[in-house]
Amino acid sequence: MEGAKLMIAETGAFLAILAAVLSLAQGVLGLGGGNKPSFSAAAAACAQLSLGLLALSFLALVSLFLTSDFSVAVVANNSHTLKPLIYKIAGTWGNHEGSMLLWCLISALFGALLATLRGGLSQGLWSRAVGVQGLVTLGALVYTLGLSSPFARLDPAPFQGGDLNPLLQDPALAIHPPLLYLGYVGLSVPFSLALAALMEGEANAAWAKALRPWTLVAWASLTVGIALGSYWAYYELGWGGWWFWDPVENASFMPWLAACALLHSAIVTERRGSLASWTILLAIIGFALALLGTFLVRSGALTSVHAFAVDPARGTAVLVLFSLAVGAGLSLYAWRAPTLMRPAGFAAVSRESFLVLNNLGLAIAAGTVLIGTLYPLLIEALTGQLISVGPPFFDITFAPLMAVVLLALPVAPLLAWRRGDVRTALRLLWPAGLAAGAAFGLGLLLVGGGFWTGLGLAVAVWAMLGAFAYVYKRWGQGGPRTARRLATLPLAAWAMALAHFGVGVFTLGAVAETSFRTESAARLQPGETTTFAGRTVKLVDIVEVEGPNYYATRVRLEVTQGGRTVAAAPERRFYPAADRPTTEVAILNSLTGDFYIALGESSTSESGALSYTLRLYQHPMVHLIFFGALLMALGGGLGLAALARQRSRERVAAAAAAVPLAGAVPAE
Amino acid sequence: MALALLVFAATVMPLSDPALEARAQHIEREIRCVVCENEPISQSTADIATDMRNRVRERLTAGDSDSEVRAYFRERFGAFVVMRPEISPMTWALWAAPAVLLVGGAFAVISLRRGREEGPFEPEEADR
Repeated sequence: MEGAKLMIAETGAFLAILAAVLSLAQGVLGLGGGNKPSFSAAAAACAQLSLGLLALSFLALVSLFLTSDFSVAVVANNSHTLKPLIYKIAGTWGNHEGSMLLWCLISALFGALLATLRGGLSQGLWSRAVGVQGLVTLGALVYTLGLSSPFARLDPAPFQGGDLNPLLQDPALAIHPPLLYLGYVGLSVPFSLALAALMEGEANAAWAKALRPWTLVAWASLTVGIALGSYWAYYELGWGGWWFWDPVENASFMPWLAACALLHSAIVTERRGSLASWTILLAIIGFALALLGTFLVRSGALTSVHAFAVDPARGTAVLVLFSLAVGAGLSLYAWRAPTLMRPAGFAAVSRESFLVLNNLGLAIAAGTVLIGTLYPLLIEALTGQLISVGPPFFDITFAPLMAVVLLALPVAPLLAWRRGDVRTALRLLWPAGLAAGAAFGLGLLLVGGGFWTGLGLAVAVWAMLGAFAYVYKRWGQGGPRTARRLATLPLAAWAMALAHFGVGVFTLGAVAETSFRTESAARLQPGETTTFAGRTVKLVDIVEVEGPNYYATRVRLEVTQGGRTVAAAPERRFYPAADRPTTEVAILNSLTGDFYIALGESSTSESGALSYTLRLYQHPMVHLIFFGALLMALGGGLGLAALARQRSRERVAAAAAAVPLAGAVPAE
Repeated sequence: MALALLVFAATVMPLSDPALEARAQHIEREIRCVVCENEPISQSTADIATDMRNRVRERLTAGDSDSEVRAYFRERFGAFVVMRPEISPMTWALWAAPAVLLVGGAFAVISLRRGREEGPFEPEEADR
């Protein structure tokens, strides 16, 4: 038994090496199988097999964490026997090496899915996309096994592990990395499909249609992943904010913006055939940004270009892989894209032109975030000077761009392809416009916000209500607006309405929280009270508690509002294994927002009485931010279901067309 | 005893003028704590952050404008601590970037559209 256990790490590494060999075979066979179906079939089999092997390899790593095998370096550095089970599992990807293996596993997963779900792709496109996907997995595996193997041994093995960073011991953050990676790596499929299209010289409607579900999966995963990360930062860091324009956040936000643009441009390419080369470019850029995100977060380059030098081998290797993927993609693009230009004209006002506006806005936003994130690194490298590009820069540049995108959002679906009429579109949007005007006035006069706050609220309401204008229009087409006809509207219409509504809800929350957030601080001894935002907070007592792997000081409070008293208990925790403190805030949710209490420092007065500083925040409508993001992702999921349903219908129709006589079909 | 006094010294008292207090809080959100990673002084519990917050309040009470307070911090702690990049030759490219992208993008869209077939474009039924 002991002997078998000792071999788990080696077996895991061996399986991953086998998967790498298979990924190479998948790449070669897939790329060479443009017109040889037997090659493509072999490539597909390699993809499925390498997924199986990597899944087993990853399970081996999980089991090493579960059994706290400290003879393995990553386990010793990131786990602890006393850590709760869920964080032992999450510890597998809560570190660089394990998360890279997860990256490889997800890449293999998408490779196998692409190999299995061909959709309406032509043989050549499908085969080459599977091939490119194999090379992506291969690159990630070579890096992981060569420079950051999670299976490396430690000799002598310590008796106890160093524990996972306690800030990461949190349910939201346990599933945040897998979701983010599902998004990052999910963008490798559009990338593979884009490269396949360039090689084949074919970017037709079927190709664009095949692109959409993968982009949706990546985009929806990124949406939930980023929202979870933001929610975690909100309640775990105790800073009372939810988005800091921190480089790590930006690194995940840029691929999201690109994926969002790609979702929309792929629709134009599918339905109208235009924008094909732009769609291909976006697919390449989207994956490039996902790789850049991995590079920036993993190399340490973000804190300073000097931190990059701490582990130059890894940073350089990721940079080399990044250059290979992006270089190959862009060279191929420069060479082949001109042949893919298929002019399909449209008027200045048309659904196409509004989707181009959407893409322009999102692409410029992504570019601005990219420049803002990299600019300090550039300045440091060129002049040696350290500067900061923080929230003020991004707020000033990002908000106006998004306002324009949001203004166009409800209008676009109401316009016809090729030539639309704004007046007929606006005729359906007057209720949304009226409500937006009211929101503007309300923000300006009643709640005392400034002009920009009023504008932000107006745009949010416009997007929320306008999101349903398209559903309303479809409802009235070809018959009376009955409940029955509402229920039988296409799923895709509802998916879009839900996602767009989510964008509005998110914006409402973001604008309200940013503009009307208030904060206060007070130092209280037991028995003392303070008043803030219409509530009286009383410090009852201070108790010491012991968790499974931490000690905590809990300050018990009573919060009274309008004669109703509820308990709240913020904590400061100390994790001895990791030798790090954390704070646990107390949040009182209500419909209008969160009352948020974070524990500050303690002090002892001259008479020896202990007191604690409380930081109090009122975050109006903050939950709308996370709820809005969730709605967007749900819209994405519904859109995926709509595409799947459409695909199965097409398949049935194709089968029916192939067999003209129903009676000729043998029963089973 | 000495420790207790130290702790007492290291606190931030709200300014009596609410407008000034609001400005102070706004500035404090945009100044980086020098010993923490990516944390503004408004949130940091470090002693130096408290000290820096008190300096913000001193400068504001002395009649400094917001940008004068930021300049004060740039001079004493380096440009890195101020999260709002100052407009200087070093950051012209940064601040111009969004506008350049916008103009470039708009130009690309217009020139590509002009290369296409001539209208008039007949509307196509939008929905299916």
